Order: sequence, then C-alpha cells, then structure tokens
Amino acid sequence: MTDRLDVRKTYKLFIGGQFPRSESGRSYPAVDGDGAIVARVAQASRKDLRDAVRAARDAFGGWSGRTGYNRGQILYRVAEMVEDRAGTFSEQIRIGGASKRQADREVAATVDRLVWYAGWCDKFAQVAGNLNPVAGPFFNISAPEPVGVVGVVSPPEPSLLGLVSRMAPALVPGNTIVLIASYQKPLPAVTFAEALATSDVPGGVVNILTGDPAELLPWMAGHMDIDAIDLTGAPADQVAPAEEASAENVKRVVRTATVDSQSPYLIAGFTETKTVWHPKGQ
Amino acid sequence: MTDTDHTPVLHPAIEPLDWGYASSREAADLVKISERYGLFVDGDFYKPASKRYMTSINPATEEPLAEVAEADEKDVDRAVTAARKAFPGWAKLSGAERAKYLFRIARMLQERSRELAVLETLDGGKPIRESRDVDLPLVAAHFFYNAGWADKLEYAFSGLKPEPIGVAGQVIPWNFPLLMLAWKVAPALAAGNTVVLKPAETTPLSALHFAQIAAEAGLPPGVLNVVPGAGATGAAVVGHPDIDKIAFTGSTEVGKEIRRRVAGTDKRLTLELGGKGAHIVFADAPLDQAIEGVVNGIFFNQGHVCCAGSRLFVQESIADVFLDKLKSRLEKLRVGDPLDKNTDVGAINSAAQLQRIEMLVEAGREEGAEMFQPACALPERGFFFRPTLFTGVSQSHRIAQEEIFGPVLSTLTFRTPDEAVEKANNTPYGLAAGVWTTKGSRILWMADRLRSGVVWANTYNKFDPASPFGGYKESGFGREGGRHGLLAYLKAEGL
Repeated sequence: MTDRLDVRKTYKLFIGGQFPRSESGRSYPAVDGDGAIVARVAQASRKDLRDAVRAARDAFGGWSGRTGYNRGQILYRVAEMVEDRAGTFSEQIRIGGASKRQADREVAATVDRLVWYAGWCDKFAQVAGNLNPVAGPFFNISAPEPVGVVGVVSPPEPSLLGLVSRMAPALVPGNTIVLIASYQKPLPAVTFAEALATSDVPGGVVNILTGDPAELLPWMAGHMDIDAIDLTGAPADQVAPAEEASAENVKRVVRTATVDSQSPYLIAGFTETKTVWHPKGQ
Repeated sequence: MTDTDHTPVLHPAIEPLDWGYASSREAADLVKISERYGLFVDGDFYKPASKRYMTSINPATEEPLAEVAEADEKDVDRAVTAARKAFPGWAKLSGAERAKYLFRIARMLQERSRELAVLETLDGGKPIRESRDVDLPLVAAHFFYNAGWADKLEYAFSGLKPEPIGVAGQVIPWNFPLLMLAWKVAPALAAGNTVVLKPAETTPLSALHFAQIAAEAGLPPGVLNVVPGAGATGAAVVGHPDIDKIAFTGSTEVGKEIRRRVAGTDKRLTLELGGKGAHIVFADAPLDQAIEGVVNGIFFNQGHVCCAGSRLFVQESIADVFLDKLKSRLEKLRVGDPLDKNTDVGAINSAAQLQRIEMLVEAGREEGAEMFQPACALPERGFFFRPTLFTGVSQSHRIAQEEIFGPVLSTLTFRTPDEAVEKANNTPYGLAAGVWTTKGSRILWMADRLRSGVVWANTYNKFDPASPFGGYKESGFGREGGRHGLLAYLKAEGL
C-alpha cells in the first residue's frame, strides 16, 4: 500500500477554450463496463449550450479566416497531442468495456484520422470547387466555404474515434463546433478537450459538452445561431424531432450511414458553395 | 430690321405630327392554348380523379386562358406510381441513351421557343423580351448542358460511383415557370431519376406544353409526370411515402414547412428559397454601368426574382449623384403590356402578389422611408405596379428585412467596406449579392465576406446552366446548375 493519495481529475466542460463546470452545478456518474462509478462528469445544461454557441460564433471569423495551410498544421498538432496521450485515451476507452487491443487500435485510428483530415485543409477547395464554363464573357468560379457554427452529436461509441470522425470534417473548411460528447462514455471526450487546449486550436473553435443528448439536442436543433447539425450520432428516436426543430432557421442536416467513416464528401456536408461572377473585357 | 417678321408661319396644310408611342406587339396567337388541360401521367394526358379544374388567367388582362386539372392525393399517387414503375428502366438505360432524349428535348425547345415564350408571357405576365431572350434560351441550354452529363456522371465526383436516387418530387414557383422546370427536370432525368413535377398554381401552362414536347420526343411513359395544383397538391407530393427526393423552389415559409414534413424520413431534400439581395455600389464604380445593373437587379421580371438585388447600398459620398441618376433612369422604364417587345416591366403575376407588394410598400411609407415612383401610366386592367424606389431606409425597416418579390428597391448607405459587408449580411437570407467597384482586390475581399451563394461583381442577374445557384442560411440548401447541381439527384456510398 502506497502512502500517497492520488490526485483525481475533475471532468469539466470545454467552452471558449476554458474548462468551466456546468452553470447548473450538475454532474452525472460515468460508469465502467460493470456499472461501477469511475468518475463524475459535468452535466451540461441549455445555458451551457448557449454559452458554447456564443463562443463558437465568436471564434468563427478568426478560424475560417485562417489559411487552409494553417488549419492543417493545427489539426496535425491535435494528432500529435492525441498520440502523446495515447496511454490515457486507451485506459479511458477500456473503462468503457473495450479490450486493450481494441482500445489501442481505436486511439491509433483516431490519430491517423486527424492526420488524414489535416491534409485536406489546403486541398479540399481544389477538389470541391471549379471554374464554370458559362456561355458568355465571364470569369465564373465556384468554391466551398464553411457553413458557420456546426452542432455535432457524437455517437455513443466508439467514444473517441466517433467524436473525432464527426468533428474533423466540420473543422477542415473552417467551421466552429459545439459538440455533445458520448453520454455513456464521456471520459475520452474530456481528455480530448485537454488535447485540443494544448494544440493551438483557438478557444471557441471546438466546444465540448458532456451531458444528455435527450436534454441538449432539442435546444441545439432549434438554436437560431447554429447553421448546421450532424445527427449521425443522435439517438434514433430524437432524429425526427431534431430535424423538425432544424427547420426554424433552415439548418443543414448531416446524417450518414456510418458513424466513423472518413470521406472528403463529409467535409462537403459542412460547406456552402459560393459562385462568383465577373465580366471579362478590355 | 424692323421690316422682318420673325413670327413663325405654320403651313395650314400640314397637321401637327403625333410622336406618341407606337407599340411593337408580339402576336398572342403564335401559341395555341387549349380550353382544358388534364394531368400528364404515364406518358399521356388524363382527366383528374379529383374532377376539379382551376382557371389560369392572363395577369395582364385578368382574362381566363384555360382550365387546368387540379390534382388531388389520388392523382398524385397515380403519378408517383407511374414514376416508380418507369424508374428501373430509365435508370438502367445507358447514360448515352438518356442523354439523347434530353438533347432531343433541348432541340425541340429551341424549335418552338417563340410560341413557348408567348405562352410564358401570357400565363405569367413577364415581358416578352425577357421570356424570349432570357427564359427560353436558358431553358433549352439547361437541357443541352445536363444531357451531356448523363453519360459522364462517374467523372463528376472523384472517388464516387454515383447512382440515381429514385422518384423525384419537384415543386416549382411561378416566377420562371419553364426555367424552374428545366433547372429541376433536366438534372434529375440526366442522373437517371424519374419525376413528378408540380407547377405553380398561377402558371401551369408551359409545364403542360413541355409535357407534350416530352411525349413527342418519345420520352418513355412515366419518366416525367406533371400534376398541376395549388398548395394541397404540393403537400401531397411532399408527403407521398414513395418519393425519394424532394426539390422545392419557393418561399422560405413554405420551405420550412416542407423541411418539417420530411423530418425523420429518408427523403433527400433541396430547398431554394427567398432572398433579400444586397447590391453594393462603391464610389469608384463605373456609375452608368452600375445604374443599369441596379435597374436590372430589381426590375427584371417585375422583381419576382428570389435573387433580386432588392437592397441597394450606395457609398455615402456618391449617394446623391447616384440616386438622381437612378431616378431619371426609372422615368425611362416602360411599364405595361407584357406582349409589347418594348416593355421593360410587365404584369405582377397575381392579385395576391400585388396585394402583398402594396402592403409592404405601405409599411415602408408608414415606417418613414421616402418613396419615389416614376410618373408612368399603368394599364387600366390587369395587375401592375410602378417601379418603386425607397430612400432613407434603415436596416430595421420591414422593406429592408422582408422579401417583397416585386419592383421595389430599398436604398441604404455605407461609408467603409467593412460597414457594407456587415449591413449586407444583416439578414436571415443569403442567396445573392452584387458588388460594383473598379478595384479588383476589393471585389475579391468583398466576395469572400458576403454570406451568399452567388456574388455578381460588376454585373447582376446572370444565369447559366454551368453555374451553380443556391443559398446560404434561410435562402435554402443545395445547389442547382453546374457540376454541383447534379449532386442533388445522385446517391453513392460515401456521400
């Protein structure tokens, strides 16, 4: 028996680059595969969600205004920070019931996914955009732009790879994000927030809330300052009401078949196509 | 010099010449309009199960043009069944063969463009010059452009193996009846989908003439079905369980309703909704060109244009000069008979739309904006509204926030590029914007910051089948036209 008491981490929210507790003062237990309580995590409220949206909106101009090259380097830095914490992530994924082998594989896949998307930041516009050969003396070009603030419901699992697979494609073109972490397995999400905080990702670009999607999603789907929502990870019974609420400000809704795939067309789901015309002449 | 009489002598034999207006009227009988139109389902015209007919009128004369079947749920179901039955065969047809049908339709549209232009003007009220020179050429071009994609889809999106989605339900508006049909039908068919189309209540005729052309082109039965009707018919299309994709162009209000209706289903959805386009004129702009651009931006098609430049932002230093020029240009606009080839501004599409325009213009006056209208005479019958310019408008005024969808321009001023961007983006809409300046770097800087799907720099209201069109924010989602427009009608693993 050691005579030193270990210092436990408080699992908090990640809003605007800060780590606040929930303004509601609530927390909920995170349990392991056997149902034993391993930690208590902050249970975000509607007000926390609104604070997160405000932080994301404030961060949008700066993040979307950076060059793709710069965003790519920052996303690559996130990969470095996840790799650096590989042991911690693996342990936390195992708490959720995975074997060590499965957990290590998930962490490795997460790092690789971040590297893959990092490389898209300065290439996506080339693949998704093009010159349009219009029938007249005009220069006409279509290019993708970020849609704005994106609300993401992380799938219940895989808790880390699922989160990163939903977050990264929205981040690539310059969106800012409010993300609801896996309710059942929230620990990797909080540690991932800590990795983000040390990765040169500007405060507010990614905001991570731990809490119950059943409580938070209706507010997220109806929020007038969120431009798009990813419902891929949302509980099946909450998709229809969320889509209904999304009509209020005509949100873009992303729903894909798998929670942890990677594709440049996922990036496209979080973009707008802007077309610019200009006459040619002497 | 006293003996010289300077009094002019009028020769009694010469009558004073009348230099009054001589119209140049296109012949209305270039198109043969039937008394009654049925539904177009499974390759032929049928009487509606609903047994109901609506009357389509000429908004320039308020006289009836024809009776048109009004489809109910049963009629829509019949059309969807026909489209479903036709889908496997049409989708399996090689792209090259599908392309040839569309090329053939494009050619037939060109051959009959004059009569279709007259029909479009009679049914919708738009000036014949526009239906002849803008709508019809673009309609044919959309079919020609998309035809060429039908056998090249695997090159359109790298890494994807695209397939058609299935049956597309398409609901289109009354402002560009045949052109909106082309925007929707051409890419849908090129991609291998089959279509149930609902034209607008007030302008169904050109879609029905188009159906006749499609039949004459030999398009297989069921590939295209046309179900005229009003809102209830549209709702039946949107709500039909066997439709895979909904494409809607119309108001933001109805678009939101459709979004709610398809919530939780697997229906794919694209929406092209309202707008409140910002038209920004900097002090260094070529002013005479900018005047023409601003006039075209708001008075084209009576302002019944979702991307109309309905908010004018003039840099403060030139505001007085620019507005004087604009007013004198407005005095020259010819408002009246849409069939007259000299007409610039035709008839408002319907009594209901005229009422809405009048209501919002009244709101503009009540909120304290200053109104200018040229002193033009309006025809005694029909729905007409004078070109209207508001000055002294503030951002909170209803005429600066709400889509009027009429020939009404609201003017605001700005000092700096930053202020122009902020004011231009201060709207829930995001469809189109215009920028006039001679400074190239400023154009690109502005284009980056304007939150709208289309930015016209030193031009306005330009359209092309190769150019993607669609909105940001509450102007809807999805693009129509160009390579991007195909995506709305394709599915693939990885999408």
